[in-house]
Amino acid sequence: MLHTLRMIRIGWILQLKTMARSGFDVMQAVVTPIVYASIAFFLYRRGGGAETLLWVSLGAAFMGLWASTLWGAGNTIQRQRSQQTLEFTIASPTPFLVSLIGTSLASSTVGLYSLVATLAWGRLLFGVPLELAHPFLFALSLPAAVLSLGLLGIVMAAMLILYRYAYALANMLEYPIWLAAGLLAPIALLPDWVHPISYALAPTWGARAVRESVLGGSPLFAIGMCLALAAVYLVIGYFFVRNFEQLARKRATLALS
Amino acid sequence: MNGARVFVVGGVLSYRALFGWMQPVVYVPTMLGGPLFQILFFAYIGRASGVESDAFFVVGNAIQVTAMAGVFGVAMTVGGERWTQTLSLVLVSPANRFALFLGRALPLIVNGAILSAFGFVVGIAFLDFELAPSVLPALAACVLVTTASCTAFGFIIGSIGLYAREIFVAANLAYIGLLLFCGVNVPLDELPAWMRAISEVLPLTHGVQAARLVADGGTLGSVDGLIVHEAAIGVGYALAAYFLFRAFEAAGRRNATFDNY
Repeated sequence: MLHTLRMIRIGWILQLKTMARSGFDVMQAVVTPIVYASIAFFLYRRGGGAETLLWVSLGAAFMGLWASTLWGAGNTIQRQRSQQTLEFTIASPTPFLVSLIGTSLASSTVGLYSLVATLAWGRLLFGVPLELAHPFLFALSLPAAVLSLGLLGIVMAAMLILYRYAYALANMLEYPIWLAAGLLAPIALLPDWVHPISYALAPTWGARAVRESVLGGSPLFAIGMCLALAAVYLVIGYFFVRNFEQLARKRATLALS
Repeated sequence: MNGARVFVVGGVLSYRALFGWMQPVVYVPTMLGGPLFQILFFAYIGRASGVESDAFFVVGNAIQVTAMAGVFGVAMTVGGERWTQTLSLVLVSPANRFALFLGRALPLIVNGAILSAFGFVVGIAFLDFELAPSVLPALAACVLVTTASCTAFGFIIGSIGLYAREIFVAANLAYIGLLLFCGVNVPLDELPAWMRAISEVLPLTHGVQAARLVADGGTLGSVDGLIVHEAAIGVGYALAAYFLFRAFEAAGRRNATFDNY
């Protein structure tokens, strides 16, 4: 158990360092959320009050969190492929899932910066107030959201083990998840058939938990959903990684980039 | 004559090479899935915020996605040469630079127009948006001129790729910058004056305005000023890109940076 936790910690630190060295990763974390937040502020400030703008600000912050998770998930395995280290990582005695947990959690951790940057951007440039209705629950909802998003990232990353073009699908999933999770437009506006998809997504519950702890409400249920979904993603990720890894070994496609 | 050959053969080969790795399994989610969900995302924000109609967001984003081909396509054309370590071979050749890079631009403009057409189809299929058949020729003109000016703008980014390695950082910044500044999703009168001033010299701004008027039933004659303005901006960026290419090519030779990747 201690060995596993140590490996997760090392993977987390290494991935954080790698992302900090990549110009694209830094830009993705620093600039992208601010641009989308600005578009949202310009659109909503015409008709919305302070509370609406704060709702928007928190949604935009989660957009950055999801973008970072998705990019990290899509890029980690691609990067290992191009650097020809994927086979070594998978062949090592440490389960590959453990390695993926560390890197995926690091990507969502970087996304936390988006949250801070977006809220600060909203406060400084658009005068969006930031008063926490439940500070303690806010502190609880953030790690729960990061955990659930990070583990959802593992499910995405697992597909890349087998399908080397899955990164294209991962790149495409930014907008649909932002939309389905109700980050800038309420889920109620979406067609009914989208709602079950929305409720199966970590960003939906993560954003709800954070919004209810900031704006007021009962975030405990949403926090619980984040943790429950995290457990489900971990189980799915475990089976995906195990099966896709075996298939990729059989087909000898691991090193193909 | 040799310039024409470089233009045609170089362009075709470059585009085929681009699709050597961009198979349908990559093209469909990246080039079609991206625009599809971008349009839906902003249209639903528009509905939630009560700002503007679906048509505003469909036209704005269907035109803006041409930048995906223009900006990212050019970045990939130059960046791809660097990754495959053929950039120095291309640049050591005596080929006319203007023909060389214009050849690479033309297929990207066609690709951008296809993406834009797909964007309008998405709007008609999934949102509250209609287009009268009579406006299609004028709309096509708006799309082609805007795509060309976006591609010219993309060559400014591409020229940076001759010197710097992280070209996709610049391409991504340019793409989302156009999304914010050019009145694609935010009406121009909602933007601060300094942002409106910047939007005046960026590609897309006038093309999007023209396309919105045309989609609303306007004729090509009623938007000719906007189209000419958009074309002039494109020509300006094309000239600037050409000189930047030459400058960065010289700097790349001097500092031996072509093979860095």
